[in-house]
Amino acid sequence: MMILFSGLRRGGMMKKWQCIICGFIYDEAAGLPESGIAPGTSWNDISDNWVCPDCGAVKEDFEMVEL
Amino acid sequence: MDPLIIIGTGIAGYTLAREFRKLDKETPLVIVTADDGCSYPKPMLSNALTKGKTPEQIAMFDASAMAKALDAEIMTHCLIGQVDTEHQTIHVQGENRSYKQLVFAVGASPVRLPIQGDAANDILSVNDLLDYTRFRDALEGANHVALIGPGLIGCEFANDLLNTGFKVSVIGPDPYPMSTLLPEPIAKELAENLLSKGVTWRLNTVTESINKRAEGYELDLSRGDKITADIVISAVGLRANIKLAQATGLAVNRGIVTDNFLQTSKENIFALGDCAEVSGHNLLFIAPILAAARALAKTLAGDKTKVIYPAMPVAIKTPSYPLVVSPPANSQDGSWSFEKPESGFGIKGLFFSPDNLLLGFVLSGDAVTEKQTLSKQLPAVLS
Repeated sequence: MMILFSGLRRGGMMKKWQCIICGFIYDEAAGLPESGIAPGTSWNDISDNWVCPDCGAVKEDFEMVEL
Repeated sequence: MDPLIIIGTGIAGYTLAREFRKLDKETPLVIVTADDGCSYPKPMLSNALTKGKTPEQIAMFDASAMAKALDAEIMTHCLIGQVDTEHQTIHVQGENRSYKQLVFAVGASPVRLPIQGDAANDILSVNDLLDYTRFRDALEGANHVALIGPGLIGCEFANDLLNTGFKVSVIGPDPYPMSTLLPEPIAKELAENLLSKGVTWRLNTVTESINKRAEGYELDLSRGDKITADIVISAVGLRANIKLAQATGLAVNRGIVTDNFLQTSKENIFALGDCAEVSGHNLLFIAPILAAARALAKTLAGDKTKVIYPAMPVAIKTPSYPLVVSPPANSQDGSWSFEKPESGFGIKGLFFSPDNLLLGFVLSGDAVTEKQTLSKQLPAVLS
């Protein structure tokens, strides 16, 4: 019997997002614990009110970077 | 329809352009810049060595990509001859261009100290990607870098160079680094920390002259001290670029004077960023630019909006001794209290008013994790 593993593959699917204004990187694997964002929190799941901790840019000002 | 004309393609000019376009896709947009119009995150210049980034990798979008993304005409390598406020035109590239509104986003330039010697012109200042590219080229084959100015930029560059194996000397008249931003106990810890990473401090010292030698430079400091270095950077402060504004008849002070709608002393002319003095505030950081750009974009699109500056702590890029600063305004009465975080690394510095209101903080080491919580207790900088 084949068991299909349907959980998230960690590591390979974790992405990084860079603030285009100041260069700050949000790493999904690391999260931002001091802001209450647990490691592994995907970019999508971060509130739209969240701003770049270094410069105040909004989520729209971030772009996904190749690892 | 006459265009919105923005002068400058730094973070202020481009962020304003982007925010304006979110609200108004019709009004023509013209952006004039003295440089190549490349868009890049300036804060990245302070830790590019540590992150292994070359100047080419720091550059994000060139002018033609920005022109397309913004639906704007971008005039690169252009200086503005003059602004005619009566007819609402600017004179650029040999012709008069009309504006509906004009925005100065012309930034600031490095202050140059009057240093004597035959190599004074070889001292580099770094305030944009072009300067930074020259700096990186000069670093090839260099071993010892001397930084004149132990302020924010000097310390960030020092940390970046130390991380990547360079010998670094930092020179300045101050008794300790970042003395305008940090209270003494924290400045002293920063000094000790960078010392343990190998920096040579030449504090309480002025650079009198610099001369070429067979290899590199010799700097004459106070009290007969001399040091040699392969490359010398000056990071002693920035001054707003106010010449064109002055020639245009705008009120200027430390920067181009604006009210809290970012409006200058002349109608339909605005200013933001490092060149501006907004209700008395000339703030040389990123977060105020974003707040100003969002408010000004609304005003330019027809919805007159005041800029509000909440507390905007600055994260300083000295990774070996993390720092977040939200210093109290100069005029404030009060006193500092200092505490060590549990781990023992760093200091939590809090500035309280005589009636115990939190007016500012400087956090270092592990204390920086309290930034978000403490920020909420601070008063707005401009409300």
